[in-house]
Amino acid sequence: MREALKVPTMAEYMSLGKQPEVLFWVGCAGSFDDRAKKITKAFVRLLNKANIDFAVLGTEESCTGDPAKRAGNEFLFQMQAVTNIEVLNAYEVKKIVTTCPHCFNTLKNEYPSLGGNYEVVHHTQFLKSLLEEGRLTIEGGKFKGKRITFHDPCYLGRANNVYEAPRELIQKLEAELIEMKSCKQDGLCCGAGGAQMFKDAEKGDKEINVERTEQALDIKPDIIAAGCPFCNTMMTDGVKIKEKEDTVKVMDIAELIANAQDL
Amino acid sequence: MDYIPNILFAITLVIGIGYFVKNIRKLIRNIKLGQDVDVSDKKSQRWRNMALIALGQSKMVRRPVAGILHIVVYVGFIIINIEVLEIIIDGLFGTHRIFSGIGNLYGILIGSFEILAALVLASVILFWIRRMILRIPRFWNEEMTKWPKNDALNILYFEMVLMSLFLIMNATDVIFQEMNSGNIISQFVAPWFENFSDSTIHLIERGAWWLHIIGILIFLNYLYFSKHLHILLAFPNTFYANLKPKGELNNLEAVTKEVLLMMDPNADPFAATDEGDHEEVPAKFGASDVQDLNWVQLLNVYTCTECGRCTSQCPANLTGKKLSPRKIMMDTRDRLEEVGKNIDSNNGEFKDDGKQLLDDYITREELWACTSCNACVEACPVSINPLSIILDMRRYLVMEQSAAPTELNNMMTNIENNGAPWPYNQMDRLNWKNE
Repeated sequence: MREALKVPTMAEYMSLGKQPEVLFWVGCAGSFDDRAKKITKAFVRLLNKANIDFAVLGTEESCTGDPAKRAGNEFLFQMQAVTNIEVLNAYEVKKIVTTCPHCFNTLKNEYPSLGGNYEVVHHTQFLKSLLEEGRLTIEGGKFKGKRITFHDPCYLGRANNVYEAPRELIQKLEAELIEMKSCKQDGLCCGAGGAQMFKDAEKGDKEINVERTEQALDIKPDIIAAGCPFCNTMMTDGVKIKEKEDTVKVMDIAELIANAQDL
Repeated sequence: MDYIPNILFAITLVIGIGYFVKNIRKLIRNIKLGQDVDVSDKKSQRWRNMALIALGQSKMVRRPVAGILHIVVYVGFIIINIEVLEIIIDGLFGTHRIFSGIGNLYGILIGSFEILAALVLASVILFWIRRMILRIPRFWNEEMTKWPKNDALNILYFEMVLMSLFLIMNATDVIFQEMNSGNIISQFVAPWFENFSDSTIHLIERGAWWLHIIGILIFLNYLYFSKHLHILLAFPNTFYANLKPKGELNNLEAVTKEVLLMMDPNADPFAATDEGDHEEVPAKFGASDVQDLNWVQLLNVYTCTECGRCTSQCPANLTGKKLSPRKIMMDTRDRLEEVGKNIDSNNGEFKDDGKQLLDDYITREELWACTSCNACVEACPVSINPLSIILDMRRYLVMEQSAAPTELNNMMTNIENNGAPWPYNQMDRLNWKNE
């Protein structure tokens, strides 16, 4: 039987008169989407294992406004942003970690000019720093020799120039990191960004996630690693469409690391 | 009577440069039709970007073949133009190769110009082969038919002719060939003219000389009407380009004011606005026409040379959707030119022509196909940002027209009502903990 997850809220911390080291911004996908919830839990298990003083906002968290802004609804975005900033500032939040590159980008880049100034890191960056500080160790064994490719989320890679943190983590697993034809700054989008996740694609001759999945399957990976819950969904669907779900898994970096330690 | 060529030359020069200056002023006027935007920050970083990206061609070489060929043409183009200075002085004062007095150095200079001219000629021919024989797909997208296709070819032919004229001019210059210094390439061209009489050779030399300088002036004036303005505008464009992380989309200040007013419990909704506040209220949110865009975006559209690297990286375009970031830039420029002409023919005032950028040039289907992935922005060798125009047009559609696709309206209603893009209750946000 697994140990129950320890997931304190900011409200609980406040009632004890304490501040956590970091706020874990779970995001809408991480809170509600069945696939993404597994990523959330894997990340929390790692945080618990490393004894990180963290908290979530829980029911006080709300959409960052990313999809609204990218759909063109600047009003709704700023309403969400200003409301979230009020909550975050009331708790005197200094540092935020998030498993979603869209939340990461919005909190990090688009909140400051509206009064929300925080140190924001993506969970792959956070896990990397835990390793470097010796607060978390990775056991490679389980993935030794596995061929893993990393699909760069647009909002982590091109949008914020974070390419190395997730790759370093994969290499720590003693896995074989393989790169797709287009990767890093040339990485192809999964098709979900810019609010596309919430609508059907325009008429074309192919779905974007199928194109990207084909690029991944071309290099014969055992695992397609992702760092974004939306990319994860798109790539998982792509692998299903190509009928490869028995041989190729789509996993978040947090899941890989948690899995390696049997968490 | 001896002065006739000099006078003709001076007149040609004045007309050539004068017309160019006139069009450049028009171009600046058109760019200034855009909204103001503050790009006065971080000067040193901007200079560095310009030096690296425009002068140093750093993003061109990401595609090595095109990149290296382009550097040859670019270096050749700039350096050979030093020769134009001599041509102008010779033309105005009736001298012949005025700089040849500097001795050996002249031979070295002209020699290197000749080598570059030959390399440019070879590169331009290879460019033509890539475009017309190898038919590299990005040169053959839907938007690259008719004028855009011919425009690209015109430029290649122009460069071929100019470089050939330069070499012929040198090859038929008997005095220069007799100097036998600096004729590295043209000495091999000279024998073609061996059997001609002295006077014919002289005539060919004069002809090539005149055609070369007239050709350069025509090319200079062709720029404004072509996609080729990048040779000038790449510099300001890389200077004024966005320095923030690509994922950061600007927050509209006008919206911030209204949002803060709505959120402020002490705000009096009926309060009269202060005097002088009126001009701060924008006419509209987002962009439906070129005047709604900012001037950096309009500079972007004149800078675009239609290379198509953006479109070849666009996930929507790669999967057969109508969206092509290059077309967004081309359409915006076409509309801007149309607005400019409208202003010219209406005594400096824009007269409503019943058209706009949205729908008449760029369709909604194109705008809604964008994933905001920034691949186009990353791909552009001169730091053009098609995504910012797409976003501003979406803003107009959503905030001014409430014309988002139904599914996106549902998503936004969900965010408004329960703080998530899906219809889940905010109170259930932590349920995963116990599942």
